[in-house]
Formats: sequence, C-alpha cells, structure tokens
Amino acid sequence: MHDKLIDLIHISKKYGESVILDDFNLYIRENEFVTLLGPSGCGKTTTLRIIGGFETPDEGKVMFQNEDITSLPPNKRELNTVFQKYALFPHMNVADNIAFGLRIKGKSNQYIKDKIRYALKLVNLDGFEDRMSDSLSGGQQQRIAIARAIVNEPKVLLLDEPLGALDLKLRQDMQYELIRLKNELGITFIYVTHDQEEALTMSDTIVVMNQGYIQQTGTPTDIYNEPQNAFVADFIGDSNIISGIMIKDKLVDILGARFDCVDTGFGENKPVDVVIRPEDIDLVEPEKGTIEGIVTDVIFKGVHYEMCVMSRNFEWIVHSTDCFPVDSRVGIHVDPFDIQIMNKPESEDEKAVEIDE
Amino acid sequence: MSNKTKLFAAPYCIWGAGFIIIPLIIILIYGFSDTEGHFTFINIYSIFSHVNLKALLLSMLLSVASTFLCLLIAYPLASVLAEYGRDKSPLLALLFILPMWMNSLLRTIAWQNLLEKTGLINAILLFFHLPEMMIINTPWAIILGMVYDFLPFMILPIYNILCKIDIEYKNAARDLGANGWQTFWRITWPMSLPGVLSGITMVFVPSLTTFVISDILGGGKILLIGNVIEQLFTQDNDRNAGAGLSVVMMLFIVISTMITEKYDREGSV
Repeated sequence: MHDKLIDLIHISKKYGESVILDDFNLYIRENEFVTLLGPSGCGKTTTLRIIGGFETPDEGKVMFQNEDITSLPPNKRELNTVFQKYALFPHMNVADNIAFGLRIKGKSNQYIKDKIRYALKLVNLDGFEDRMSDSLSGGQQQRIAIARAIVNEPKVLLLDEPLGALDLKLRQDMQYELIRLKNELGITFIYVTHDQEEALTMSDTIVVMNQGYIQQTGTPTDIYNEPQNAFVADFIGDSNIISGIMIKDKLVDILGARFDCVDTGFGENKPVDVVIRPEDIDLVEPEKGTIEGIVTDVIFKGVHYEMCVMSRNFEWIVHSTDCFPVDSRVGIHVDPFDIQIMNKPESEDEKAVEIDE
Repeated sequence: MSNKTKLFAAPYCIWGAGFIIIPLIIILIYGFSDTEGHFTFINIYSIFSHVNLKALLLSMLLSVASTFLCLLIAYPLASVLAEYGRDKSPLLALLFILPMWMNSLLRTIAWQNLLEKTGLINAILLFFHLPEMMIINTPWAIILGMVYDFLPFMILPIYNILCKIDIEYKNAARDLGANGWQTFWRITWPMSLPGVLSGITMVFVPSLTTFVISDILGGGKILLIGNVIEQLFTQDNDRNAGAGLSVVMMLFIVISTMITEKYDREGSV
C-alpha cells in the first residue's frame, strides 16, 4: 500500500557554476502529502520541476512506479502541476482552461462538461465556466489552476508555492481546502513552500532542505519537536539555539549551569547544540529557576507575550501568557523533555549547510 | 484639465491640427472637387477606370503575397530569436532589425543591381552554367523587394510579443499533456496573434501604397496604385484625381485595419 511512488535517486543539478542539487535522494509514497520546505535557493523548486519534467537532472534517475521517467517529457508523465503564477491561459475562459488537458486526450464533450462541473464544484467555484481568467481574483485563479490540474486525474499533484501570492486569511483558508481536496481525491501531493506554518499545517511528511541538501525528513511533529540540527530548529519556528556541553547522559551544561535532560548517547564532555523552544521555557521567581536573567524586552503577540531575557550573555526568547515587566529579575526553568540536544556539525559539508541569519 | 497639462498639450494640438487634420481636409477638398473647384465624385469614380482598377488589383495581390511571405519567414525566425534572446542577449534580434536603419531607396537600388540581366546574381549563375534568373521588371522582383524591405516590420512585433509570453504557459500546456505542436497551435500562436496582426498591418499598408519599389524593380513597366497616384501628381499635374485616389486608398486601409482588428478581438476570445 505504501509503496514508493516516486523515487529520486542520486540527483544532481547545476546551473552554470552553481550547484542546486548534489546527490539528492528522496522517495515519496502513494497518497502522501509531502512538503519540500526551505529558504529560497535551497533547490526545492528545482526538485519539483525535475519531478514534473521541466528540468532534466545532470545526473541521477527519476523513478515513477518503478519506471525510469528521467527523460520523459512532461506531457507523457502521469502527474500535473499547479504553477506558482497559476499560468492560466489568458485567451481562454475558465471552462476551456479546465478542459485543456481533456481535449488533448480526446475525451467526449459530455465527459468534459461533467468533469468541468465536478472540478468547479470541488474548488467551490460553481458557475464560473464562462469567466475569463483575468477577471478572477488571485484566490479564484489559484482554485481554477488546481481544477485544471485535477480533472486529468493525475496520480500526483505538484504544487509550487501556490499560496505565496495570497493574503494571510485566504492562505489559511486555502490550507484547509487543500487538505480536504487531498483527502477527497486520495492522490499524492508534493508541495513546495518556504512557509513553515503551511508545511506544519498540511503535510504528512516534511522534507527540510537547504542549499541542495536534505536537512531532515519527518512528520511535522518530529520536525518541530526533534530538529536534527541547528538549521532545522532555526527554520521551523522560533527557537533558542545554545552551545552546550553534554556532561554525561541526561545532563547538559548550558551557559555554565547544569540542566537535566532526556537525551543519551552523546558521550561525555562532548560539545553539542541545545535547542529550547520559546514556549517551553518557564519563567519563575529568580531563586527557583536553574539560572537567573533580566527581562529586556516585552512584545504582546496576541495569544502570548514574547519576552527577551538576558542571562549569562545569552538572549533567551520566551513565549508565555504571563507577562513579566521589563527589568524584572526572573528565573529560567526548562523541563528535561523540552531540551533537545543535537550534534554540532562535524564536517565542513555540514557546516556549509548551516545558515547564518 | 489643469492649466499646466493644457500648456504641455498645446504643441501636440498645434502639430495635430497643422500636420494631420489640415492636410487631410485639403486632400478631401481636392479629392471631391474638379479643377474649377466644383464638388464632384469623378475623382473617386476614377478608381473604376480600367488602368486604375488593374493597378489596384495588382497592388492588392502583390501586397497580400508579400505580407504572407513576410509572415511565413518572420514567424519562425522571431520564434528562434525570442528563444535565443530569453537566455542570451537580444543582439541577434538586432541583426535582423538592422536593415531598417538603412535607407530603403538604397536597399531597393541594391536589389536592382543584384537582379539585373548583367547583375551579380546572374553572373554567379552563369559561372556555374545555370539558367539565368530573369525576374527583374516583373511582379516577382517587386514582391522580393517588398519582402526584403518590410520584413523587419513583421519580425519586430512578433519577436516582441513572443518574448513577453511567459515560458510557464508553455510548460502548463505540456504539463496538461500537449505535445510540441499542440502547445504551439493552442497556446503560443493564439497568444502571439496581436503581434502577428500588427505585423500584418505594418507590412500590408506600406506594400499597398509603395511606388518606389515598383518603380525601381518593376522598371517603370508595372503600375501599382502608388505609381498611378505618383504619376498623377508629378507627371499629369492632376492633383484632384491623385487626391481622389488617395482617399480611396485611405478607405481601403481603414477597412482592412478594421477587419484585422475585428479578427483580433474574436481570435482572443
């Protein structure tokens, strides 16, 4: 059931001198919502275009249902793309746009008509058949682009930052729409975005990428709670990333203070990176915390307050529904299971993929 | 309109009145009057005289032929140039536009020399013992001259519009299952139609009214409507008949432009 539907094997791609993907390996299972997440220039769009057939990899193979499709043109591939700028044909109305793929395949007029009605219903745009694409709002164009792709009953739908041009409210609505669509259609979605919130909301699997390398693959919960390196921790949500020393199993030295944690197997007196999410820090009375600090900044964010706490020359970001005023002395407490220990990057390669912001 | 805008608009209004409206009115007055200044339709009717009608039909035929040839040559060329210009520089496109910067009379005379009975082309053909090419002073030479002269006016608008078509539209068509030809006929061609139509207008109109090309490459033997009008003004000194025929030509051009525009609007829907 969960066979490999798409398998990218040792893919490399260069544009001139710049390496976009280097020995890239990734497989995607049937009926999975996979998100390629990363900053711009990380190779996520190139990966999608290689799967779609718009780019040919310099090296490596693209397998689809155990068949090599590396050199197959896009029109021969059983997948469809929703383009970043939608690319609705401006000289056709909505119905003709949606019918495009079906007419090419020589389907009957009745079949096409039914399909158009079905697809428009699916994207909540009934009755839009005769509208021209330039008379539609961004969100509507987006839905038509999805309708145009799905009427062809692809096994895989590729979506290239489809919500990038929409405003916040619409973007959030569309996220739920996409999840609903995916469940109704029962097909594989491969989604590209730089927006971590989108990725966390919709995906079954998130592939975090940076500079052509996969940083981590996992479920949204895994990626958020157990980032494997500083890049992932930093890219997914706010986090405090602190250099620490693993004294022994389940005990870590952070900024000269000893914190209990749950991680084991890092060895003794080993330098590590420690990740603590802002919402996992408890601010308590100064003497009750593990270390002390002074609040330097408070911003009200709606649901919570974001506070900066200066402690031992490190600025902690803390999210809390309780507000501590600026200049107040506080204690910092972190529960052992909220402390995430990561290996420091060892090789130059790993260092290279870290980001400095 | 503020006073400042009025001030800026003034020179253009004077230009428009002095160099467009007034000359047009003068042409109309001449066209609809006889030598004594009485109102008459005779100049307009003169288009139906045997010689004039023949010249008009030949003009139409030659300009339709050369417009069609220009399109046939320019479209593939513009496609290649646009494809090339996408990732390289538009320098190559410039090369094909370059002839436009040279005097058209010069270029036409150059063709006359090339095509002459003792010209360069025949010298080369003779050298290889091939049959001579005798197209000078025939309609074929005029078509050749028109195509050569007006080709850049066809290339430029098509090249411009092809450059503006986002590659993503073609990718979308391919993605939806269209092969290369289907993508061209269903996407690229209809989307480039506005450029094609302005190219057609820009070639057809000067072809229809030219008298220089037909004069030089036709050896004065082939009368196009442009030559008729020219002779009426320069040789016969019959301004009324010349103006009358000019009005008829203007009508022709307006109608043909309206037809292309109508087609453009229908084609884009």
